[in-house]
Amino acid sequence: MNRSHRLGLAPMAALAATSMLLAACGGTSSSNGALQASAPGVTAKTITIGSTQPLTGIAAPGYDEIAPASNAYFQYVNAHGGVYGRKITYKYLNDQYNSSITTTDVRQLILQDHVFAIFNGLGTPTHLAVAPFINAEKVPDLFVASGCACWNATSSWPQTFGWQINYIREGKILGKYIATHFQDKKIAYFYQDDEFGLDGVKGLDYEIPAAQVVAKEPYNVAAANPAAEVGTLAAALKASGAQVVVTFAVPAFMALLRLSELGLSYNPTIVSSSVGSDPQTLAGLLNSFAKQSGSFGTTLIQGIVTDSYLPSLGSNDSWIQLFTKIHNQYIPSLPLDGNVLYGMAVGYTFVQALFKAGRNPTRQDLVGAVNAGLPQGVSVAPYAYSSGDHDGITGAFMAEVENGVITALGPVQVTDSSAGGAVNTDSTAQPPAPTNGIP
Amino acid sequence: MTLARHAGIAIVAGVVLLALSSKLDSFRQYQLAQVAATVIAVAGLTVLIGISGQLSVGHGAFMFIGGYATALIVMHLKWPLVAAIVASAFVAGVAGAIMGVAAARLRGPYLAGATLMLAVALPAVAFQWQTAFGGDQGLDFTVTTPGFLGASFQLTEWDAWVCCVCALIVLVMLANLLRSRVGRNWRALRDNDTAAALAGLNVGQLRVRAFIVSAACAGVSGSLLAVTMLNVTPGAFTLALSIQLLTAVVLGGLGSLAGAIWGGIILVLVPPFLTNTAASHGFSAGSASVPIVGYGLVLIVVMLVFPAGIQGGIRRLFGLAGPTAAGHVSAIGRRWQFAWKPAGGRSAAGNPAGYGTAGDQIAAREAAGKNGVTEEGTP
Amino acid sequence: MQEFIEFTLGGLSDGMIYAAVGLSLVLIWRGTRVVNYAQGGMAMFTSYIALIVINAGASYWLAFAVALVSGLVLGAVLERVVVRPTAGKPPLNAVIVTIGLLILIEGVAGIIYGSKNRSFPAAYSIVGAKVGNFALGAGSSPSAIFTAASVLGAAVLLAVLFRFTPIGLRMRASAFSATVAQLMGVRVGRMTTLGWALAGLIGALAGMLVTPQTFLYPNSMDSIFVLGFTAAVIGGLDSPVGAIVGGLILGVLLNYVTGYVGSNLPELAGLAVLVLVLMFRPSGLFASTATRQV
Repeated sequence: MNRSHRLGLAPMAALAATSMLLAACGGTSSSNGALQASAPGVTAKTITIGSTQPLTGIAAPGYDEIAPASNAYFQYVNAHGGVYGRKITYKYLNDQYNSSITTTDVRQLILQDHVFAIFNGLGTPTHLAVAPFINAEKVPDLFVASGCACWNATSSWPQTFGWQINYIREGKILGKYIATHFQDKKIAYFYQDDEFGLDGVKGLDYEIPAAQVVAKEPYNVAAANPAAEVGTLAAALKASGAQVVVTFAVPAFMALLRLSELGLSYNPTIVSSSVGSDPQTLAGLLNSFAKQSGSFGTTLIQGIVTDSYLPSLGSNDSWIQLFTKIHNQYIPSLPLDGNVLYGMAVGYTFVQALFKAGRNPTRQDLVGAVNAGLPQGVSVAPYAYSSGDHDGITGAFMAEVENGVITALGPVQVTDSSAGGAVNTDSTAQPPAPTNGIP
Repeated sequence: MTLARHAGIAIVAGVVLLALSSKLDSFRQYQLAQVAATVIAVAGLTVLIGISGQLSVGHGAFMFIGGYATALIVMHLKWPLVAAIVASAFVAGVAGAIMGVAAARLRGPYLAGATLMLAVALPAVAFQWQTAFGGDQGLDFTVTTPGFLGASFQLTEWDAWVCCVCALIVLVMLANLLRSRVGRNWRALRDNDTAAALAGLNVGQLRVRAFIVSAACAGVSGSLLAVTMLNVTPGAFTLALSIQLLTAVVLGGLGSLAGAIWGGIILVLVPPFLTNTAASHGFSAGSASVPIVGYGLVLIVVMLVFPAGIQGGIRRLFGLAGPTAAGHVSAIGRRWQFAWKPAGGRSAAGNPAGYGTAGDQIAAREAAGKNGVTEEGTP
Repeated sequence: MQEFIEFTLGGLSDGMIYAAVGLSLVLIWRGTRVVNYAQGGMAMFTSYIALIVINAGASYWLAFAVALVSGLVLGAVLERVVVRPTAGKPPLNAVIVTIGLLILIEGVAGIIYGSKNRSFPAAYSIVGAKVGNFALGAGSSPSAIFTAASVLGAAVLLAVLFRFTPIGLRMRASAFSATVAQLMGVRVGRMTTLGWALAGLIGALAGMLVTPQTFLYPNSMDSIFVLGFTAAVIGGLDSPVGAIVGGLILGVLLNYVTGYVGSNLPELAGLAVLVLVLMFRPSGLFASTATRQV
């Protein structure tokens, strides 16, 4: 009687203690507990994330492929076990590149749809309009689709992270190549008159000696007649005598530049930011003029020097094979071009972060996972992520467009965003893609 | 009398809205604020087009001015919100005066062309003086709820209050204006400006005044929208915005303040609804254009079948015969028409003055054998 | 100096496009007192049809002809079905209907063809002429010469049509006074449809000429329409000559401002010129002073 009481109490006390211990463990992210709805947008079966993308309107061409490509990668992951068994639901809204629509869309995603995180919001002015709100709501704002250096603002915007190489870094890498390989030539800049072009020019100016720069021609992307505008700017570039033109321009304006140069019989060497040099997009815009191009090369894009922070589509390495497989299975109607590659690559990176955030992630877990640093994956250079640095890819390799394909000219270069930071060859090698395609 | 009645309606509406806004969730409060702000712009434009007879296809430019003025005032001068809004209205009104003076002699499509080019050209100012106006990325600023409401008061609810109160004040002012001598003079001007001039009205001054009022309304609207979004960019004030304002004016009911409310509701709530419906039915990116097709179809069908817009349809439905801002005075307007009725039989095509006088409309209707409702939606 | 020549010739060539759009707007305005806000959209749509023909392997000139014919048909159909019911109603109705048409056409193009920028061929080479080593710029290319020739040719043909043919006389009569013309036995409705059809043809021509440099996507003609409308307003909506002069002035002015002042300012310069012209000539440069009946 006494003994049985004592015997009865002890196991129950042990059970109670163990269950309390288990419950306490279940609250942390590294437990083996059952899947729970650990945060808004996370249920036992799904994770919902949101984005704003220009699906229609003037900015849509090309960029409207990115979100479907990311979604294709998420569906691939969902079909192969998901993230700890949860399927990713990607809700992307059309903001038509209009920041007032972006503002409404983001409020809807966060306040109504209660998404877990905002992912890959596209556009510098559009995302700048909503970054303060997203941060005030303490929602993770991962991998903004823009190379503005402004996403690296850990004190004012701790939730926001960039991903692609920022434009200052790109300018420095391009600038160093020009300073090394075009030492006695006259250089001119052709750039978009906003953060994209201005940051790029900043980077270029850090590396190219000022005496070599003979002209700087900014263009207004919202001009009423872009062809007329670019035509006059191209005439000014030609009048400056520049032998090398560095461009920070979107594909449509790159194409117009080449057409205007053809009209002027002016054929300088073009060094272009990765934003404007996707061979398929450019060829698609210029193929009607192929017959006229004469000495300019069969497609007007032959020989354009550029940089790339993702593996080249022509390289057929393990990453490209993986993405080609996913493309053929999920989005065969879209061309397999730079935009689709971008979408899948950033999707892969997000899944990396999701896995790192744990089985029952909170929003702070997701942000903490990236703050702790992400291992290099699909990008050719390492990420800069840390709690003090929210910049993404730190480097790129120089390449040229050869027969419609980006062909490497040299090793990967890494740098930072400062005036004095050196541009060095990357010492790490890019890892191959995981065999099952899941990080 | 008039003022008391209008103010009374406004106060009742205000109390209802304020009570409603505390029940809504944060996103709906944000939408309520946007609707109220948009209604102000649509009301100003419907007065300009429907009452004074001047077609502006570029009122987004005045919203741009109002929005940027507020951003700059809040950022640099640090004035309180109410002062910033009033100052923005003033700045936009001045711009409206300038445009009105420049366009005082313009009619119909010439005025439309000038305002169209204004809407296209003005955002370039933000790019040209980038340090002041922030270029493509615009200006960000912060607005805080006033202290007396407590620290935990939601900013979205405060925005909704401010926007609703401003909308009610503007609507009361416009309603009074429309019933006053100025409103009657505007209608006379709209119906036959030559007759109005011969009757002693200062046509140019009246036209400019209409521009000032409508531009100030657009300025307040732009200012409030900037406050709800906490930023202004040139990309938010495209030509498409001006066109959408125009379509909202017409869909709601031209010349009617109640129509302006409908127009504001449609403009803010319908596009996201359509986009979401399309998205939830799994339309791919190429079919994100389906809502656009729908909008175009609605515009065409409404103009062909219900030209008096929603408000006109409601009036017909309920057989309302009571005097309204539009209805009461049109009797007087009609007196002008009959007093100055031109020699009959002139087709609408033959009037080089442009917009089409009521005399043409009467003549054309007689020629076509119809005797229908005018565009004001009179019962 | 070379830059100046390049800017001028380029501006004249761009101006021809604005002139073509302006011409089609003038045609419709004179006939029906309606501004066709959908003119640019129609031109975009006919260009898509031409692109389908080209991609099917046919020659450029067949596609050109198909585009012009489609413009003819599209203009006639739209007038008959959508715009005719607005006759006799307040002019604002027609404005909203044509705006609705524009939105509808762009949406339909977006659904059928997607929003991707597409490359569009030019009739002739875009490489500018050279005098010795002195390049004259793209405005002197065979393509630019063809643009000028076809727009001016279309204007001349229209003038001949209106001045010297019976049907042109009937169209002018319908525009001048529909009731009187009807009493004289003119089928006014048919003349109106014909006017819209011809405007659709000229708009399609403008589309074929300008799309190589705007690329083809649903919104590609929006800005060109605004500039063409501005050109027509500067010249006077009643005057075809005005549309051409207005277009050339606008084209050259925008190029000079972009080249010599800054790329953000051309539209503001266009606005300034427009307002200046209208302040002194409220109905455009070439408007005939009309008496206003009271």
